[in-house]
Amino acid sequence: MTWEVALILSADGLANGAVYLLAGLGLVLVFSVTRVVFVPFGDVIAFSALTLAAFEAGRTPPTIGLVLTLALLALAAELWRLARRREFARMPRALLLWGLLPALPCVFAWAVAGRTLPAVVTIVASIALVVPIAPLIARVALQPIADASVLVLLIASLALHFLLSGLGLLFFGPEGFRTEPLVGGALTLPGGFPVSAQTLLMIAAAIVLSGLFYLLFERTLHGKALRATAINRVGARLVGIRPARTAALAYGGASLLAGLIGVLVAPVTTMYYDSGFIIGLKAFVAAIIGGLSSYPLTAAGALAVGLVESFASFWSGALKDVIVFGMLIPVLLLRSLLVARVEDEEEEIDG
Amino acid sequence: MSTALLEIGGLHVSYGRVEAVHGVSVALLPRQIVSVIGPNGAGKTTLLAAAMGLLPSLGTLRFEGEDLHGLDVEARVERGLCLVPERRELFGELSVQDNLQLGAYAGRLRRDALRRRLDSVYQRFPRLAERRAQRASTLSGGERQMLTLGRALMSAPRLLMLDEPSLGLAPLIVSEILAIVRGLRDDGVAILLVEQNARIALESSDYGYVLETGEIALAGESAALAGDPRVRATYLGGGTDDE
Repeated sequence: MTWEVALILSADGLANGAVYLLAGLGLVLVFSVTRVVFVPFGDVIAFSALTLAAFEAGRTPPTIGLVLTLALLALAAELWRLARRREFARMPRALLLWGLLPALPCVFAWAVAGRTLPAVVTIVASIALVVPIAPLIARVALQPIADASVLVLLIASLALHFLLSGLGLLFFGPEGFRTEPLVGGALTLPGGFPVSAQTLLMIAAAIVLSGLFYLLFERTLHGKALRATAINRVGARLVGIRPARTAALAYGGASLLAGLIGVLVAPVTTMYYDSGFIIGLKAFVAAIIGGLSSYPLTAAGALAVGLVESFASFWSGALKDVIVFGMLIPVLLLRSLLVARVEDEEEEIDG
Repeated sequence: MSTALLEIGGLHVSYGRVEAVHGVSVALLPRQIVSVIGPNGAGKTTLLAAAMGLLPSLGTLRFEGEDLHGLDVEARVERGLCLVPERRELFGELSVQDNLQLGAYAGRLRRDALRRRLDSVYQRFPRLAERRAQRASTLSGGERQMLTLGRALMSAPRLLMLDEPSLGLAPLIVSEILAIVRGLRDDGVAILLVEQNARIALESSDYGYVLETGEIALAGESAALAGDPRVRATYLGGGTDDE
């Protein structure tokens, strides 16, 4: 391998790693707050990419119908819960939160569709349209079983993935789409090595968003409430933090990340209704490296996954996924060796 | 007699099919410290968990006349109930200051109001001010109990329920904490104190209940209760077992 090839592979790997990084942050965010391995994350990525493709083709994205259907289901679930507990005073608020709020991006998307507008408007519309998806499906299917075991939650989450993937096929059809490049051209690094602007954009997006993530969790009370729920659910409830509300926030954040990823990858990858799954799966490897709890380790893991994938595809295209998922074995071995020590520490804290 | 702040009447609490509390009645007036003493496993913690809404219960459960059964834990926090649990339930990986700020989460305070409340807690617990940037998990047992109390005070509770505040703490720290608790009563907070250590509980409270195998065995003014021969024999008798 020449120096030049290594540089190209590295740039490619970092761009992929940036995507896995964002997806990994989303998965860790959801898992640490709700203990759900959020498999449908990848589907939201695909929906965002396909929504943008629909906008570009001048069609009304079918996502609108999907979001409105989910909103109706979530609203019905919420009203039913309130009616059973006779908390009628809270119903207008529920109507606003679960009915009107998800409808807003739908209206926006409706207004945008079919017009020739600057790309940034359709991109914002695409992302905004997929943001309600994760909170809504979670409200319908995951919140009622929020106290179940991690395994039960994983199975429910997996079922949701298959459901959403099926809905994706129904709404978007089996064709693949690629969207217009967000940015054109390339930058030449010193030494005459070209890096495409799209690659730089993906890496920059990952850096900026992880910075925002850090600020959110370190500087705002709501961010700290999310962390508190992840650290100690009983403690969080005792200070008045509602797990259902923090869960909705976490799902919303994850959905937003998925939307951004969809828009970022759509110009460089042909996206099908089920293309998001493999991205989510690789991000999951990164999240496992981070123990499904540490954001910095997940970020490092994501970059490692991106680089390994990129170099593996150079040596053996057929085996690249095997190599990436094979990374899990040493990581899990190492983790299982470390876990025993962590448990000892926890006992000390309780005592 | 003024109306009760907290009224627990004929309360039954079960874990699944096993009933741990059988028809317990406890009343608490404003600005009163009421202690519940009894042996391990008598149902003291269960009683507090039910009052807080962590466990479902049957019977009368009223706070300032309002039925608590329809309210979840978070809504009870918003009403001014606050539980300081035996297991502390701190946010170990967050800083002392973050733990305290989250204590006021239910109050949705503005920045300056939050600041003032934080300052008042630091005034009461200067040790926490010194350690404000430290992770909660690095604190000593006594400091951790102070942080739990401080976090509870951040919610400006009307009723503070303390579960075994003396557990695992050195006698000197226990008396420090109980002095703070009595100071809170003087500031208008009612306190429901659950303790295995009957001596310190009866010394610090106005009224006391003895809970045995899920039922109230005895009740009375704390001073009278401390003089009761049965209490003396079972809970205060012989040695000064302060563990």
